[in-house]
Amino acid sequence: MSEKLQVEAIQQGTVIDHIPAGQGIRILKRLHLESDGKRITVGLNLPSKNFGLKDIIKVEGRMFTEDEAHQLALFAPDGTINVIDDYEVVNKFTMKLPEALEGVFDCPNSNCISLNEPVKSFFYVSSREDKVVGGTQVKMRCKYCEKSFNKELVTS
Amino acid sequence: MTNPLYQKHIVSISDLSRDEVELIIATAAKLKSQPAPDLLKGKVIASCFFEASTRTRLSFETAVLRLGGSLVGFDDAGNTSLAKKGETLADSVQVISSYTDAFIMRHPQEGAARLASEFSSVPVINGGDGANQHPTQTLLDLYTIHESQGTLDGLKVALVGDLKYGRTVHSLAQALSKFDCEFYLVAPSALAMPDYIVEELEAKGVVLHQSDDLEAVIPECDIIYMTRVQKERFDQTEYMHVASKFVLNAAMLSSAKPSMKVLHPLPRVDEIDVDVDQTPHAYYFQQAENGVYAREALLALVLNPEFE
Repeated sequence: MSEKLQVEAIQQGTVIDHIPAGQGIRILKRLHLESDGKRITVGLNLPSKNFGLKDIIKVEGRMFTEDEAHQLALFAPDGTINVIDDYEVVNKFTMKLPEALEGVFDCPNSNCISLNEPVKSFFYVSSREDKVVGGTQVKMRCKYCEKSFNKELVTS
Repeated sequence: MTNPLYQKHIVSISDLSRDEVELIIATAAKLKSQPAPDLLKGKVIASCFFEASTRTRLSFETAVLRLGGSLVGFDDAGNTSLAKKGETLADSVQVISSYTDAFIMRHPQEGAARLASEFSSVPVINGGDGANQHPTQTLLDLYTIHESQGTLDGLKVALVGDLKYGRTVHSLAQALSKFDCEFYLVAPSALAMPDYIVEELEAKGVVLHQSDDLEAVIPECDIIYMTRVQKERFDQTEYMHVASKFVLNAAMLSSAKPSMKVLHPLPRVDEIDVDVDQTPHAYYFQQAENGVYAREALLALVLNPEFE
């Protein structure tokens, strides 16, 4: 299957590509991409040269900002975001971890005040080398209870 | 010049710079030697304890009264609109802060003080939020260490007992890491200091020694900070074994430096034998008394622009 058939051109909007297979639906749900009624096309388990399989999301009629793009980095660290206008790529973002994330995930600490008060959750995001396992570990620290969690615990 | 703590929320010890900590310590020492009974005259302070507390509440309220301020509040949330009518903490804080000049609070949930600071029109002072922060305990500990040693820099400090769950020792270690101190972490392996704090301290270049032999580290130390090993964390036989290794008695102190002081956030159970009370090393009751001066200093600075 050619790349062209997988990613049909859109006139205006945003294409999120190179999402790890299985994360596409979670991104849709977590970021509520479907909530404003824009037309969305989702491709799941598409073949990818570099990743084996990948997911892809096309949102028509909505141009992502850089901040919105960076929120996706927690799900798709190697993803790319193409902002399209008049069938042309007018902006391309590579993923960068956001410094903070507001209102997307609940705090995993069951005794955190943010769970039962009228506030949005808020995490400071940081990454560091994991000396034991190797690779990069992403940590999320709740602004309220100040507890620090591995990304996987917060985003699962 | 306006002091840097004027109208500032005191939620977490990590919000305070080294200079601000030193200002609080100097102010506490000044208020201990020169009482200032009119400093909060005309001010009304809310003291809202959503969970029970003895020392913290009484020492905060003593501090307010010794500076000439007045108090409103409660020491049991069971009889408030939160419990009776389901009001949110956010709404309670907005209302109570509109009546008062500062809002002292303790709450059983982590993050409550940070949340309150977002809804309060006056400075919030955290008297403990669940297992998270208790910054005024850390400030009184720092003041007491400074008072007994003349400095906070370059000290060798042993933290002993429950280093896993004790928020007091976590905050103290984090605060002292700004002052070039060396730590001896003395704990049973089941109650060792959490990795994320050890990593944070090491990242700041702090020298750490881990040990489970209290007696061996005594000659090295300027401060021994004891904490309670809680029975409920072990079965009975294990507790007897563990607790016996982390009990301090007077005979063990024969090898200590003359200037070494023993601290404890209290209440103690049996981890410091009462025979230590009679030695020149015992300093935990002075430490408890200093809680009033440290809290006086905080209130004085937060509510008086020119006070230094």
